[in-house]
Amino acid sequence: MNAIVENLDLFRSGFLTTLGISLLGGLLAFVLGGILATFRVSPFRPLSGLSVLYVEIVRNTPLTVVWFFMVFGLPLVGLGIGSFFIAGALALGVYTAPFVAEVIRSGINSVSLGQAEAARSIGLTFSQSLRLVVLPQALRTVVPPLGNLWIALVKNSSIGAAFAVTEITAVATRLSNGFPASVIQIFVGAAVAYLLITLTSSAGIAYLEKKAAILR
Amino acid sequence: MKHIFGKRTIVAGAAVALAFSLAACSSDGASEGDAASVATPEFAEGTTMADIASAGSITIGTKFDQPGFGLLNPSSNEPEGFDVEIGKLIAGQLGIAPENITWVETVSANREPFIQEGKVDLVVATYTINDDRKKVISFAGPYYQAGQDIMVAKGNPLAITGPDDLAGKNVCSVEGSTPAENIRTNFPEAQLTLFDVYSKCAEALKNGQVDAVTTDNVILLGIISQDPESFEMVNNPFTEEPYGIGVQLEDTDFRSFINDSLEQSFADGSWASAWDSTAGAFVATPEPPAVNRY
Repeated sequence: MNAIVENLDLFRSGFLTTLGISLLGGLLAFVLGGILATFRVSPFRPLSGLSVLYVEIVRNTPLTVVWFFMVFGLPLVGLGIGSFFIAGALALGVYTAPFVAEVIRSGINSVSLGQAEAARSIGLTFSQSLRLVVLPQALRTVVPPLGNLWIALVKNSSIGAAFAVTEITAVATRLSNGFPASVIQIFVGAAVAYLLITLTSSAGIAYLEKKAAILR
Repeated sequence: MKHIFGKRTIVAGAAVALAFSLAACSSDGASEGDAASVATPEFAEGTTMADIASAGSITIGTKFDQPGFGLLNPSSNEPEGFDVEIGKLIAGQLGIAPENITWVETVSANREPFIQEGKVDLVVATYTINDDRKKVISFAGPYYQAGQDIMVAKGNPLAITGPDDLAGKNVCSVEGSTPAENIRTNFPEAQLTLFDVYSKCAEALKNGQVDAVTTDNVILLGIISQDPESFEMVNNPFTEEPYGIGVQLEDTDFRSFINDSLEQSFADGSWASAWDSTAGAFVATPEPPAVNRY
């Protein structure tokens, strides 16, 4: 227990780093995923093709590889990101975006075709009907799976320990070397820190789900 | 005890060997040159040296995966490196030619058991002398002073000469490692960047994302040996990891003999040329350490 109590500051900074990189990565994943999903359902072939290509390539690449590319690959082509934290958030966002895109696409598919046809028949353009009629309904149905992705992303951020991001797992690794007798306690402490984020998120997702529910 | 075998024994041994090779030449013309190139010293009955010398072969444990010290050459199937050369030096003092040495791979976890069970006569395997190990085996040496060092980009653009120069610099190491902890505690002005493996540190140094990499110099040597065009060693170790030669516990005669052999190799330059022909390709020759006859 001492190992954690004595290093509470270090644990707190690790916790905030995990939270920060997850929020930044999550925001990026949501925005990029939303764009990919609208590209995917677009009637303009090159856009939907581009979306399919991105989703299939990135979705089938391990996160460690994506992260490695962000940290060590980009500098080779002159696009180096100075901060390992930003590079990590980018990796999390880029990696999670295709999953978000697929979730949103399934939401779009769940909106009955009649809605889109009705929107087009009153003269809305494709983008207007998507933005004003289809997407608002689609997003309501995908709150639970998006919540899943958020929780997975928070836990995936632990890969950062291997890429110079001093988040919770990195802190636990460091402390377990300094306090070899308390390794179990230290990692239980790390697990509690993750649970603090994920359980709070679960409660928030449940609330959102209730708020967003629509009766059909 | 001074030198166990005097000049006279060497001369006598050489004369015997010469006579033997001449005899061999006269009988069938075959060359015995290699086997005769090593002097045959004499040792007191019952010592490990006498046993090994009369057997005419020795078994030495070394690492097979440590560039610069003991690395298996896949084409010859023989290990190569500074530890291997040190092993050959000692074998030579016992009158055993390099081709009569049996090399056994020892990893960090099995060095003590291999010595205790007699699977090897001695171990030269980046083997740090410490008190825990001294309880189960005995150490000759040290023959090399390892320690935490700094690796920088080729040409040392930031002119880093030691850990004090790391203040304000971005230094890479591995999270949770002792070298990282050492920097954090003793050189807090340095900015630490911590990955999970050193290969990422090397990549980051190559990309200019960090200014230096720090850990044990032997690990750094392994990295430099893979890419000597990109990296170089500051070569100023700031912790002390004396590397010794492991022998059976309380085999004091053998230990003294090895210590004598080492001191002789320090003095006659064979230690330095052993370094030059192996790790010396990547790191300048260090000063030989003082042998510790505890």
